[in-house]
Amino acid sequence: MDLNSLVQSSIADTTGSLAPFAPELILCISIMGLLLIRLLPFGDRIDAGYLAAAAAAVALYFGGPWSSFVSPSAEPAELFGGMIVYDSFTVGIRALLLAFTILFVIFTKFSGMPGKEDATDFYCLILGAILGMCLMVSANHLLMVFLAVEMASVPSYVLAGVLRGNRLGSEAALKYSIYGAGAAGVMLYGISLLAGLTNTAHLPSIATQLSVIVPELSRPEQMVLMLATLMIMVGLAFKLSAVPFHFWCPDIFEGATAEIGAFLSIASKAAALALLVRVSLGVGVLGPDRITAADIPRPQIESSEESDDPNIAGRRTENSNATDVGLFAVADEVHSHAGDSSDPASSDSATTGLPLAPVRNFIGVLIAILATVTCTFGNLAAYGQTNIKRLFAYSTIAHAGYMMMPVPAALSLAAAHPESARDAVSAIVIYIAIYMFMNLSGFAVIAFLRNTLGTGEIADFAGLIRKAPMLVICFALIMFSLVGLPPLAGFVGKFALFASLADGYQLTGETHLIVLLVVGGINTAISLFYYLRVVKVMTIEPESELLSTHDTNVIGYVPLAFVVVTTVPIALWIVNWNQLAGWSSEAAQQLFG
Amino acid sequence: MSLIVFLPAFAALILAFFPKNTDANVFRYGTLAATLAVLVAAIVAFFFPGGLHFDASQAQLQNVELFSWISSEAFTIDYFMGIDGISFPLIVLTAGVSVLSMMAAWSITKQVKGFCILFLLLETGMLGVFLALDFFLFYIFWEVMLLPMYFLIGVWGGPRKEYAAIKFFLYTLFGSVLMLIAILMLYFSSDLNTLDEQTILSTHVVKTVIAGDGSLSAAEGAMESLRARGYTGTVGDKKVHTFNIMALAAMGQNGSGLFDTELLLGWKLQHWAFLLLFIGFAIKVPSVPVHTWLPDAHVEAPTPISMILAGILLKMGGYGILRICYPICPEAGYDFRWFVCTVGVISMVYGAFAALAQKDFKRLVAYSSVSHMGYVVLGLGVWSVGTSQGYNWEYWDMGIKGAMFQMIAHGVSSAGMFFMVGVVYDRVHHRNLEEFGGLYGKMPVYSGLAFAIFFAGLGLPGLCGFIGEVFVVLSVWNFSYLLAIISAAVVILTAGYILWALQRVYLGAEYKGPHEEALTPINSRELLVGSVIVFFAILFGIMPSLVLRYMDATIDHQAQTLTRVIQTIDENRAAAALDSSAESFDGMPTTTADQVNVRHPLNGIALTKPAPKMSAQNN
Repeated sequence: MDLNSLVQSSIADTTGSLAPFAPELILCISIMGLLLIRLLPFGDRIDAGYLAAAAAAVALYFGGPWSSFVSPSAEPAELFGGMIVYDSFTVGIRALLLAFTILFVIFTKFSGMPGKEDATDFYCLILGAILGMCLMVSANHLLMVFLAVEMASVPSYVLAGVLRGNRLGSEAALKYSIYGAGAAGVMLYGISLLAGLTNTAHLPSIATQLSVIVPELSRPEQMVLMLATLMIMVGLAFKLSAVPFHFWCPDIFEGATAEIGAFLSIASKAAALALLVRVSLGVGVLGPDRITAADIPRPQIESSEESDDPNIAGRRTENSNATDVGLFAVADEVHSHAGDSSDPASSDSATTGLPLAPVRNFIGVLIAILATVTCTFGNLAAYGQTNIKRLFAYSTIAHAGYMMMPVPAALSLAAAHPESARDAVSAIVIYIAIYMFMNLSGFAVIAFLRNTLGTGEIADFAGLIRKAPMLVICFALIMFSLVGLPPLAGFVGKFALFASLADGYQLTGETHLIVLLVVGGINTAISLFYYLRVVKVMTIEPESELLSTHDTNVIGYVPLAFVVVTTVPIALWIVNWNQLAGWSSEAAQQLFG
Repeated sequence: MSLIVFLPAFAALILAFFPKNTDANVFRYGTLAATLAVLVAAIVAFFFPGGLHFDASQAQLQNVELFSWISSEAFTIDYFMGIDGISFPLIVLTAGVSVLSMMAAWSITKQVKGFCILFLLLETGMLGVFLALDFFLFYIFWEVMLLPMYFLIGVWGGPRKEYAAIKFFLYTLFGSVLMLIAILMLYFSSDLNTLDEQTILSTHVVKTVIAGDGSLSAAEGAMESLRARGYTGTVGDKKVHTFNIMALAAMGQNGSGLFDTELLLGWKLQHWAFLLLFIGFAIKVPSVPVHTWLPDAHVEAPTPISMILAGILLKMGGYGILRICYPICPEAGYDFRWFVCTVGVISMVYGAFAALAQKDFKRLVAYSSVSHMGYVVLGLGVWSVGTSQGYNWEYWDMGIKGAMFQMIAHGVSSAGMFFMVGVVYDRVHHRNLEEFGGLYGKMPVYSGLAFAIFFAGLGLPGLCGFIGEVFVVLSVWNFSYLLAIISAAVVILTAGYILWALQRVYLGAEYKGPHEEALTPINSRELLVGSVIVFFAILFGIMPSLVLRYMDATIDHQAQTLTRVIQTIDENRAAAALDSSAESFDGMPTTTADQVNVRHPLNGIALTKPAPKMSAQNN
């Protein structure tokens, strides 16, 4: 293969990849537009917020699951030579992120958080972070994982300190960035170890490589593999604010404004969770196209780099489009036993991924432990909080724990029961979607109260119900939804999540799944206490001094309307969550064979 | 029927739109009208022919409402409601006690609007629990009650209201989380394919139409949509899950071994499920040792809420055990019979002794509830017991009926007792038993009513408390002489604390406490509530058949079916024990009962069942 054809093919691949990548491109263009528009004479008068919302809306229009523009085929595809994977999961989570961006911008408009001066910078950073998160969701290569995480993190560091002259905010930003840099370094180390061990950084190829080498690994090599997994997990755990990498979270949430709290707790967490799913399934499960590899005839092209292992035939994958041979040659090696291609039955036994079982088990137990500790610690630490933002910080930590729970279930189920594994991932998607509304309106209430009362101390909200009954009713609904009490939407999420654990346990008999289920259940009961305390202060206790100077309807009617509008879905979702369930299971559709 | 359930919620919605400064009486009368409407609707709809008529002679579900609610790939959830002989008496009780307690709620003067709205939401939740037959729906109604109850205790309660309210909430939530785990485990091991088409119809898994001769047939297209989900009628690889409580019960009873998978500690799934569900329900009942929320909640709650708590909420525990635990997990219920009965007896004894020791009038009544509800647990637990004389379902039947009657009777008498305490508390604002006395002289009518109600609670023959206790004690006699003697002896303790309390409060020469001037005779509203309760206490006491006739058919049917199931289980176990002893005698110890010939419990057909095994999955 000469240079010319190589260039030709990579150009073809790149141009072919552009269409599904449109939402990200739109975000890029609008970031530049936002920055440049200030140079124009009338630029000052254009509101950056509306531009950002419009950009997100356009990106959503082109990137949503309904758009024929980006989903020409039902098959998952790898873009840009395998750097990015484009499948239903990408589309689903990306649509959630973009929808959240729109809601978030509207929220900031009501709360008036970025002043006119800062507006452009603020929304540029938001869009930049969202762009990074979109890449996190679709990352298919360890380098991309790292780049995307950094791309999402760096704007977040700035956002944490975006309020000038706010000492707490600056401190928070510094803490956040130092922590982030540390975690990123560790993660990068882990990535290089893993890449070194498997000779590739392309996730599906790592899986196929591992399935070959794991049975033959020597003890030190096993240690290296475990260490690499652990280190990568550190980076992900940092983004998820999982215990013990959560220390930044309460400080940032207290120091930064409530708006940033909402952004970090929802968008950042959703993307990190999606990335966790991607990485753990990418490493632990042979990709769906590989599972059917034996049945589908496809052109065989010699890899430029011959492997010594006779078991590894250099073989093209279906959707890497014969373009990236030189670039990611190793990436194309597909695990395929010599006799398998003619014998579907024996390939079936290969598809159950037996050699990968220890890897899956290790990752699954690791995540299960993380989830257990995170959830329990978050809930227990929230007890003592007196500041509502800190309380919410610990609440998001606990929720990260809950949201991680279906991942071990999906890992255990992936090989033998792909349908149930899909349900497990779709439980995560359901939870994210519902969590988005819960936390957004929760932080909205906090931000609006801060605007009028200038405080975030829970004690100052005492007796609020006598002044603003509607607001308190909404806030109480949000809090109970966060506990997961029916008939509120939070219950739907928790139910789906626990259901995946129960299903996983019954099908596989893995003890750590039942432990997770019990831990999740008990944590639900524990968490009631601190959420309820806030509601109790607002409803049962006598009015605080601070409030007595305020009129009724403390926060004004327009913000109240926003809170009500975002709370209505929480209260009524249970009436019909058919769409949500169907849509989320569609999103998880292509992750498993 | 949905109309009855959601009528209170609808009324609450309307009340929510009235401005806050509306006259409190508007809210009160509005709420009262709504609760009355529910009662009238329940009585008219179910007693009189036409429309939603309830036919007491039939054992099956009636007036079924079934709609598909959620049908995603992972879950199939129906909106499924219906009544039978178990739920019907409880529905009428709920509607009745709600009316009475709303009439008692005139003493609430603070934030009447909020109180009325929450009260109506609570009623919707309570009615829903008794009517819902889809496990998911049941769970939702079960939890829906918690929030209004928390606020009703927390806002309108006594001095330690916050502590009491959160304790109530935490206990119940803990129990219901355990219940949720059990629900999910049962759901994912259920398989509609083990049920034949006739059972599918009779358990209302699909929408049915009733033909003129009373036979059921599937509604148009209903069977087809079930087949589309993978139903074939023969057990295959793909399981078709369901939340339908009736269908789950049929699976638990048909010997398909669906719930026999071995889980942790080598217990079968149904043992775990039974235990988790039982703990959840026992917290609600409440049984010792998970009863401690009850005295606090009762003491701190305002009078009408105490009436609801004691009169209705506690019954949900018993209802859950009867409706869910035993039918779905009969074998586990059978194995845990001593456990359940012991819990019941301990509750009875402990509650009675604790009541003897109380100084607070309301606390005494609260502990008497613990004691009385112990009879319910015992009566239900006796159910799963075979006797030395063979398998006679009639003894068990009597236990269940005793428990059910006890629930109704306790609903009447305990609501009455709390009301009586509330009347005097409204006047003198204390409940210290040591500081009463001589009320008989100052409030003769009230005291007369109170005597009648407390005697009903005591279990005096001729009043409603007697029948349930006698039924339970008689049926226990066949199970264990010891437990029967203890439970009969508790009646003496009960008489002790009630008579002693009556003596300290109503008799004696003079009133010893503060606010003597406030002891005025009761007003007509209080008189009405009190006399209605007394009327029913006497009516049920002399004509128990009024209540029993509605539950006879259903409970007889359930007891007979489960007796056969237990009998089969016993026979299979005996056969297996015989097999294994024979094999170990031959020196082949390990490969025991892998293929045991078992008889189908319901029709006696022999079928070959592989021994329960964890689905092996080694990666």
